Amino acid sequence: MTDTLAQLTAKDFTSSQEPKWCPGCGDFAILQQLKNAMADLGLKTEDVVVVSGIGCSSRLPYYIATYGMHGIHGRAMAMASGLKTARPELSVWVGTGDGDALSIGGNHYIHTVRRNLDLNVILFNNEIYGLTKGQYSPTSKVGLKTVTSPNGVVDHPINTVALTLGAGGTFVARVMDRDGKLMRDIFKRAAEHRGTSVVEIYQNCPIFNDGAFDAFSDKERKADTTLYLEQGKPLVFGADGTKGIRLDGFTPVMVNLAEASKDDLWIHDEKDFIKANILSRFFDDPNTNEEFLPRPFGIFYVEERSTYEDALTAQIEKTQEKGEGTFEELLAGNSTWTIG
Amino acid sequence: MSETTILNKQDMVTAKTSVSVLFAGDSGDGMQLTGTQFANTVAIYGSDLNTFPNFPSEIRPPAGTVSGVSGFQLQFGTTGVYTPGAKFDVMIAMNAAALKANLKNLHHGGIIIADTDGFDAKNLKLSGYGEENNPLLDGSLKDYTLFQIPVVTLTRKALADTGLSTKIIDRCKNMFVLGVLYWLYSLPLETTIETLQSKFKNKQDIASANIKAVQAGYNFGDETEMFSQHGRFTVAPADKKPGLYRRVTGNEASAIGLAAAAKKAGLELFLGSYPITPASEILQTLSGMKKWGVKTFQAEDEIAGVLTSIGAAYGGALAATNTSGPGLALKTEGMGLAVILEIPLVIINVMRGSPSTGLPTKPEQSDLLMAMYGRHGEAPMPVIAAMSPVDCFYAAYEAAKIAVEYMTPVLCLTDGYLALSSEPMLVPSPDDLASITPIFSAERKPDDPPYLPYKRDDRGVRPWAIPGTPGLEHRIGGLEKQHETGNVSHDPENHALMTRLRAEKVARVADIVPDLTIDNGPEQGDLLVLGWGSTYGAIKKAVEQAIEGDCNVSHAHLRYINPFPKNLGAMLGNFKKVLIPENNCGQLLSMIRDKFLIEPVGFSKVQGLPFNEMEIEAKITDILKEL
Repeated sequence: MTDTLAQLTAKDFTSSQEPKWCPGCGDFAILQQLKNAMADLGLKTEDVVVVSGIGCSSRLPYYIATYGMHGIHGRAMAMASGLKTARPELSVWVGTGDGDALSIGGNHYIHTVRRNLDLNVILFNNEIYGLTKGQYSPTSKVGLKTVTSPNGVVDHPINTVALTLGAGGTFVARVMDRDGKLMRDIFKRAAEHRGTSVVEIYQNCPIFNDGAFDAFSDKERKADTTLYLEQGKPLVFGADGTKGIRLDGFTPVMVNLAEASKDDLWIHDEKDFIKANILSRFFDDPNTNEEFLPRPFGIFYVEERSTYEDALTAQIEKTQEKGEGTFEELLAGNSTWTIG
Repeated sequence: MSETTILNKQDMVTAKTSVSVLFAGDSGDGMQLTGTQFANTVAIYGSDLNTFPNFPSEIRPPAGTVSGVSGFQLQFGTTGVYTPGAKFDVMIAMNAAALKANLKNLHHGGIIIADTDGFDAKNLKLSGYGEENNPLLDGSLKDYTLFQIPVVTLTRKALADTGLSTKIIDRCKNMFVLGVLYWLYSLPLETTIETLQSKFKNKQDIASANIKAVQAGYNFGDETEMFSQHGRFTVAPADKKPGLYRRVTGNEASAIGLAAAAKKAGLELFLGSYPITPASEILQTLSGMKKWGVKTFQAEDEIAGVLTSIGAAYGGALAATNTSGPGLALKTEGMGLAVILEIPLVIINVMRGSPSTGLPTKPEQSDLLMAMYGRHGEAPMPVIAAMSPVDCFYAAYEAAKIAVEYMTPVLCLTDGYLALSSEPMLVPSPDDLASITPIFSAERKPDDPPYLPYKRDDRGVRPWAIPGTPGLEHRIGGLEKQHETGNVSHDPENHALMTRLRAEKVARVADIVPDLTIDNGPEQGDLLVLGWGSTYGAIKKAVEQAIEGDCNVSHAHLRYINPFPKNLGAMLGNFKKVLIPENNCGQLLSMIRDKFLIEPVGFSKVQGLPFNEMEIEAKITDILKEL
């Protein structure tokens, strides 16, 4: 399985454990694309570790035939950080959910992102707590009725992309569970990026929050509600690409391409931090807001920045320029005296 | 403290077997540095030594007030130095507040060296004595031997020709006092001079001024008539095992113990940690050990401290985390994960006083039951307690050995008293240290039978399979695991089996726990004083003195709390009574009662202070009277 030079297939990344997600769950598609991407990347099963916290999505490691660690609620990022620091050569992936990463694990999330360890974080966002049976999550929309919000959610939801950029994220992307091809490509880009890559996935929970993302997937609406980001391409959306986004100073303006020139449109540049921040604020709910901007999907932002583990390794190497410390020196320290 | 008097030509020299000294002054007076210098000098001279700093928890408390007093206590001697001393023989008071704060702990008849310049109207007022009430002049110190030295004045005089500012010159006053003390105890100046030269390598004028001040203090001792009535003292070097020595605090020793264990095991050391008093020096020490490949990770919180360590342990590192009580509470869920994962992990808990923030800078032994039982579910783990600053090295080392060889988290308990106390440590050679052998699974070929990550050896220990090894790909997690395969299982019988197997594995650690020995006193008799942790020094001294006073009493000290040494029950049965002094409300007591169905006598002290030997000796005498 591992001695051969032949590239592995998605099947080689499939563990013997049958996934125990509900029929119709968006998690199946994510699992499949993840295995596809790992195979595409030419990874070896023994060099990959999938780390997770708690929640439906966090069962992910059991279903992938690599090394894996299913931890405790909210702490996947911390476990992955320790593992990556100890073993920088491994390919470390984190499977986490909106509750796991952004609520109970919110602190670890922002600090991991700012440290920029070379981790690939797959954030399954279904805007609900599934495993505990349907309580609202920190990404649930205001007004959502759940078992713990019978009169509707009053909390303002977290905007994952904006939070991640704010925390100093160096690779930030969003994708829908239905967009298999895009997801696979983004997973590969995320893996190739040296640093913490965050891929937020809008994942439908058919049991507790079915249709949460219908506004972006309904045949009739999606052309107007979604905006697919492509590097170097203008921001165009709408049926037959009839609409675009232009920047007026720092203000995004929607234009009708029947009346305006394509040349004036905002050109997507994933290296542009300011533009990425503006894009992250395209966060209107088309269900409740008539004057909405389309929701962007794709890669918002990529930045090359030294990783935590590279910087630490460099420090260690520098102190060892004149050789590693000996065991005797370790025990004796700097200041000794002799008796007898 | 037997005293013999020798007269020589110039002056009288009294030999002492041990002396306890307190350096006390304002936080800005450099008392920690002065005390450390004195400690280094007597250590190199060959004395037995134990030091303890006592400083306010505030960084810059109001100058001149009692709350701003910083102290450094040490005891040095030829024999019998197990603690920094319950009370001091000598006290240096750099100002009125220092005297006021510490006089109660000076032996009756003890020596006070007071800087009269620190007893001016302003200092008297700030100290609370009141401007008009100078204790140096009002006769209230008549029961002590009082030496009044205008230290600031004399230091300025000695350094007048250096051209340095008064501000800088005044900072040398602590070195003047140190010089006086070297004279008084017939100690050499060389160690301090060498230290000052290297410390101020790039500030030659400062180095020279400090050296001049220490010499001036020494010469003052020679020239003044002040000491002629009392003479000087000598304390012969201890009869120490020959070898190479270093001075360590408990926290430094814990850090080095972990690093040494990693070296011995051939593993990389990873410490995931969050700063907390009084445990931070472990993280600080290890963060400066990159030369040995040590990786430290200052995490965002205590939880991440333990979880990053668990991640590193899964990756094959010797992983550790360190904390103090409030942090231990935050780590408990992670520790439970390490129990069910059966992964090696060392948790060093430096205990401090009280629940919540409590007494952050004061020691207590009140986390014992939390260490034993403070996790949800059935989650046993080995617990070791260090009994002296040097023993922190060996306790951390042994915790690592058990963690790696038994694939389990291990809790190592120290406390704020051990953490900050220091003593000389005979530097071991790498060969002296016990072997540490990780049980790594070997690479598997595709047609080998499936890998079983939870298949146990005859000690009940599962193997360590680290990522990167072909053929061992496996998933572990916090969900209950099927026996041997490690796959998720909710089967009732399997859970019962796994619960039993995890507990049996921890219990089997007893196979490598050495039998408990009687530290001092008869093997059987009237009274056994059973201690654990940092009470060692006070109990040892108390029992020594009680035995000298013809008491039938013995001392044994537990390092292994879980599992207990196999012979503990038999040993307890050899005594009519068992006394357990603890800096808590009887936590070991309840464990002993629970396990052995005996009724020991408890002796609690929860004042944020360690026991002193007098208290324990008095308790011993009381119990024996009733027998």
